[in-house]
Amino acid sequence: MRRQLPFFFVFLFGTFMVVQNFVPHEYSERAKEFLSDWTIIIGIFALALGIWSLIHVSLDKINKRKPNWEYSFVTLVGLVAMIFFGFTANVSGSWLTYFAALMVLLISLWLLVQGILGAGAGVTKAKEKFFAGIGLAAIFTFIALYDKSWAFHFYTSEGLENPLFKHFFSDIMVPLQATMFALLAFFISSASYRAFRARNLLATLLLIAALIVMLRFTPGPWGDLISKTSTWVMNVPNLAAQRAIVIGIGLGMVATALKVILGIERGYMGKG
Amino acid sequence: MNWFERFMKLDRRWIYLFLITVCLLAYYSDFTVPTIREKETGAIYNFIDSLPAGEVIFVAIDYDPSSQAELHPMTYAIIEHAFRKNLKVVFTALSQNGPGMADQAIHDIADSMRVEQTYNGVSYPAREIANGVDYCFLGYKPYYALVITAMGQDFRTPFPADYYGTPLDSLPLMKKLHNYDDISIVVEVSSGNISDAWISYGQGKFGFPLAMGLTGVMTAQYYPFLQSGQVMGIMGGLLGAAQYEDMADNPGLAKDGMRVQLPAHLVIILFILIGNIGHFASRKNRKNVQS
Amino acid sequence: MELGQYLWTSLGAFLTLSVFSFLYKDNPMYKFAEHLFVGVSAGYFVIILWHDGLVTNLFGRLADGHIYKLWLDSTKWWYIFPGILGLMMFTRFSHKWSWVSRWPVAFYIGIATGLSIPLEMSNRVNRQLYAMMEPVNWDSFMGSGWLDMGAGYSDIIVFVGTVSALIYFYFSKAHTGVFGGAAKLGIWTLMIGFGASFGFTVMARISLLINRIQFLDKNWKRNSFDFTNENFNPLYQALFWLIILIFLVYAVSEFLKYLKNKNASSVKSA
Repeated sequence: MRRQLPFFFVFLFGTFMVVQNFVPHEYSERAKEFLSDWTIIIGIFALALGIWSLIHVSLDKINKRKPNWEYSFVTLVGLVAMIFFGFTANVSGSWLTYFAALMVLLISLWLLVQGILGAGAGVTKAKEKFFAGIGLAAIFTFIALYDKSWAFHFYTSEGLENPLFKHFFSDIMVPLQATMFALLAFFISSASYRAFRARNLLATLLLIAALIVMLRFTPGPWGDLISKTSTWVMNVPNLAAQRAIVIGIGLGMVATALKVILGIERGYMGKG
Repeated sequence: MNWFERFMKLDRRWIYLFLITVCLLAYYSDFTVPTIREKETGAIYNFIDSLPAGEVIFVAIDYDPSSQAELHPMTYAIIEHAFRKNLKVVFTALSQNGPGMADQAIHDIADSMRVEQTYNGVSYPAREIANGVDYCFLGYKPYYALVITAMGQDFRTPFPADYYGTPLDSLPLMKKLHNYDDISIVVEVSSGNISDAWISYGQGKFGFPLAMGLTGVMTAQYYPFLQSGQVMGIMGGLLGAAQYEDMADNPGLAKDGMRVQLPAHLVIILFILIGNIGHFASRKNRKNVQS
Repeated sequence: MELGQYLWTSLGAFLTLSVFSFLYKDNPMYKFAEHLFVGVSAGYFVIILWHDGLVTNLFGRLADGHIYKLWLDSTKWWYIFPGILGLMMFTRFSHKWSWVSRWPVAFYIGIATGLSIPLEMSNRVNRQLYAMMEPVNWDSFMGSGWLDMGAGYSDIIVFVGTVSALIYFYFSKAHTGVFGGAAKLGIWTLMIGFGASFGFTVMARISLLINRIQFLDKNWKRNSFDFTNENFNPLYQALFWLIILIFLVYAVSEFLKYLKNKNASSVKSA
């Protein structure tokens, strides 16, 4: 029952969604709207699971002193700080007690987690740390309740307008993510030098097509010719190749989805 | 070991240094690369340019900061073009790190609209862009396929409130908008599988005109959809963004970046040629030694 | 640019250069930047899921109810059930109760896969097949000028290329004889497609690098030396040179280390 009933639900909901696509009646559309709405809400919880995995891995790395364990503190501080900024807004413009509260929160969370994990995870003086964490959490709660210079906003979006939240996004997250992907420019240049060999006809065809497309915006007398050739390559042989791939992917997706609905594919449910 | 083999074993950091040197020299030099106007980008520009004032367009800013280099310029160019034409814009950001960038882009463009500008010989007076009147930013929801399908029935199903928490029914713009039937075009700017979802779950089911702004990596894969009519136009990578900026007479980061693209491409081609020459020369050398 | 904004931009520039320093070698600055990014982006995602997801789609709909009545007095009380199903996802972390998480998984897998079948079949397969079977332009078979994509021969190349590439992907029959010849033509077509993709990929990757150069120049360097700015402060230049100095010192120390190792290895070999 623990496995059969979920598979039955997959079959039931899957079949309903397939049939619904061909039934444009108002009740059918309303049922689909209802189910989509519920799925989006469930999905929000599902996506949050990954956050717990990150916390668990970081704590494990610190407690077991794995290589580069010190940097896991940076991960955890970044995580807690960003969540704190997103749920709070500074009212008075004074930041001293705001940052003091953040520091108290970070230390209390650390002590509480260490206390909860206990000796089994390699933590020494777990009981003392737990009670110290409780004490600091009480101090944090006191500051949160009585300090009027900032406030928690759980149900309204003031946190999204918090300048610290916005700056952490635009001046830390954006440059870091953009730069990590910018490294690919160097890697592709190194790959071009070391790996891109015209060993046979197929590799040569690939190379020639790549060269034509890369030079498509060259100025000068040859530029127009290369540009026109590139446009033809994109709209004729490339189109043919990509169309075959799209059709293949489409058939594969439909086959996999059918296997999931009919219970032939069961790996997504996990073991047990 | 002859010099070809030594060259083949060159430390990759010298390759990186050569590439960055060429890019910096090209960046600080004073040459320009002419922008070719392609049909795929022109179709999007002409469509938006032909819309009368007051029409509503839907812009889906579905990318992360990792793709902002190519997609932010085209987002800015399209939104600015739309606001100049007095079009109303509904935004969404179905990528998890997208909402912050979309919010930033909207505010930057709203600031730029406060200054009188001239584009293509036409003067556009300064104006205030108001949330809820000129635009609405719906925000992010997970499971983009379901969100795209649900918006086809009613925007309020996946988005009962906008990104700032205001119920949609209290926004003047959204009072008369219910689903894709009230939208003139969906311009989808994305870097991942969300583009496929817009084609299959959006345009395929509801039949609205769909234009795409894609990263260079994905552009080649969407030509079949362009030819079949499922997509009415494609802006591909930085080149597409530069083309749109050129058509809109609004040069920005894309046009500025194209003059570095060409020398960088020539460097990559040089590496490919040197790599191949070295490979064949050392292979020939080995054959001679063996014989 | 105001001082506050400049400090934040300088932080962004420092983190950008830290990540670029990885091109030489993995180092503490890169590790710090990498771990900071992981933490901050996870925290950002939590906030977006909460404010944009749970607050609007769940709590917003139950807002007219009361928490102490478990929102059963709300006009849309049925939204409690997706909330319960979502909370059931967290039983995944318990060995004893992890089977409970299969129910919400079954719900959304069933709906997502059921939704995809007709739409993917219709849009990826059927419409692409229809587009492939467009009539050939016999009136202008040779086209006008060099490589005319509207010409009749281009239509035939698209059709033959697509069919042969599909034949290549059919591995249930051996690629021999006529079938093998068609498969060979298919792989040639695919290689041209991949080459075109590669060309675009190179452009995409270089664009990412160009954007970082533009950020470091326009947002950071120019503001460090913008003497006409009314908010300009000598601190801007000091901070700019301090960050450059940090990376220069790192580069020089690595170079000295390299020379020392080179001397040591040459002494050893002698």
